[in-house]
Amino acid sequence: MRADLEIIYEWISPQSRVLDLGCGDGELLSQLQKTRAVTGLGMEIENDKIIACVEKGVSVVKQDLNKGLQNLSDKCFDTVVMTQSFQQLDAPHLMLDELLRVGHEAIVTFPNFGHWTTRRYLGFKGRMPMSEALPHMWFDTPNIHHCTFKDFEVLCLERNIRIKERTVVDSTHQSRWFINLFPNILGEIAIYRLSK
Amino acid sequence: MSVENTEQSVGKVVPQMADFDTPLVLRSGRVLDSYRLMYETYGTLNDRRDNAILVCHALSGNHHAAGYHHEDDKNPGWWDGAIGPGKPIDTNHFFVIALNNLGGCDGSTGPASIDPATGKPFGPDFPVMDVSDWVQSQARLIDRLDIRCLAAVVGGSLGGMQALRWAIDFPDRLRHCVMIASAAKLTAQNIAFNEVARQSIMKDPQFCDGRYLDAGVYPKQGLSLARMLGHITYLSEDSMREKFGRDHKSGTLNFNYDVDFQIESYLRYQGEHFSHRFDANTYLLMTKALDYFDPAADFDDDLVACLAQATCGFLIVSFSTDWRFSPERSEELVNALMEAKKSVAYMEVDAPQGHDAFLFPIPDYFSLLSIYLKQALVAEAQT
Repeated sequence: MRADLEIIYEWISPQSRVLDLGCGDGELLSQLQKTRAVTGLGMEIENDKIIACVEKGVSVVKQDLNKGLQNLSDKCFDTVVMTQSFQQLDAPHLMLDELLRVGHEAIVTFPNFGHWTTRRYLGFKGRMPMSEALPHMWFDTPNIHHCTFKDFEVLCLERNIRIKERTVVDSTHQSRWFINLFPNILGEIAIYRLSK
Repeated sequence: MSVENTEQSVGKVVPQMADFDTPLVLRSGRVLDSYRLMYETYGTLNDRRDNAILVCHALSGNHHAAGYHHEDDKNPGWWDGAIGPGKPIDTNHFFVIALNNLGGCDGSTGPASIDPATGKPFGPDFPVMDVSDWVQSQARLIDRLDIRCLAAVVGGSLGGMQALRWAIDFPDRLRHCVMIASAAKLTAQNIAFNEVARQSIMKDPQFCDGRYLDAGVYPKQGLSLARMLGHITYLSEDSMREKFGRDHKSGTLNFNYDVDFQIESYLRYQGEHFSHRFDANTYLLMTKALDYFDPAADFDDDLVACLAQATCGFLIVSFSTDWRFSPERSEELVNALMEAKKSVAYMEVDAPQGHDAFLFPIPDYFSLLSIYLKQALVAEAQT
């Protein structure tokens, strides 16, 4: 399993109801169903990924997350997970509210635009940063709302969202002690556990 | 038959008959004392008798869903693309049952059958059927085949409505409900189209208040018109443009009221062809069954409470250009299923064909159907 999913996995209670937004091939939900007896539902936009979910026996609904979650009622899930697609949304700030409307708790992960390699790229080359984690050109990137950890935490504060836990990792999703000295410079991906 | 077709075909099939003499109490309050169901089966029922899939037909379908009856048949069964060895409804793994619904005109008891009480065709006296009546009769056929629980009930359009009714009325008798290009109820627009179709049949002078068989005539024009209208709604604007555009039938305009455009010719052919093979009273009955379908009505119009009855898994598929049973109608159902905390898989498939798309072998759609059913089989084997 992907290393970030392993961390998320630990934060999910057995037998809870989990919604995975942008669930990809359903890996996380499949594991959670097998070993934690959760009731999972995935949302995904790409057909081949939906088929991959079905192949794993994961419930999945085709939905464009940019159209919101109006079709879901309040607090119908224990945990709502959104990995690596937060920065791709049209209105991430509104989605943040939605996550905690439909779920008691939310887990969000995104790449840190404040990482030192990104800062160096922009600072020295004067061009929009590209890397293995951010492989797209500025004009056709799906990542239209990049932010740094600090940006995200300010947003949470403004919207009265409580950060219950945060794990900051490098690009291989390993958590190393020194990252936490300067997370907004050394951390590449953050995994946040949120509630209201 | 081409070589490719025969390889993946269930081959030659022989329709079977099941006669029932236990009275069937209908939603209308009327009773059908005895009746016959025509059906076909493909594949083999396993020892556990748990690999059966019931395929329900839509408005104009019947029991002949796959394979062929005679070597020189021009067309195979109506869903031959989806049913057969190695196909999405894989007869190497599943035992597939397809029947002609009550009220139909392909061998099951219907308006054109002889009423034992009078010795004449039922005609307009045949009771109006509800989807729940069909499902009840289907359950009796499944009993007759000594099958306790179906692996899945699968249907497109009106067939999907039957699958949903199964999930609500017989929750412990199916493990999966597959609804393709269907809905939890018709919209007013949809009922409106059905009413125009019915009016065109009933206003045909040869309809004779539904007793056309007694009179030795047939409302061919009316039935033909009804089918033409239906056909327009089954296609998307794009697919019609793509298929026919404004192409002329004879290469020039005639300046009369005969056929000028290809689309006119096509519709006339479809109407004409249909009117030869279908019973007008059956057409009326099928459209009424569509209009009346609204399972949530028994639950104060609360679809979530209605679906709470179900215990099976659901696969819902819609098609982007289907405006007769639009993706929004499927999404209403999906939303209610999510709210009712049911296991659900939903995909809106991009397809240009409109409502008819459910009959086409569209890759994403067929992969999804195939993998969903295969997964159902794997999950069953593990329990």
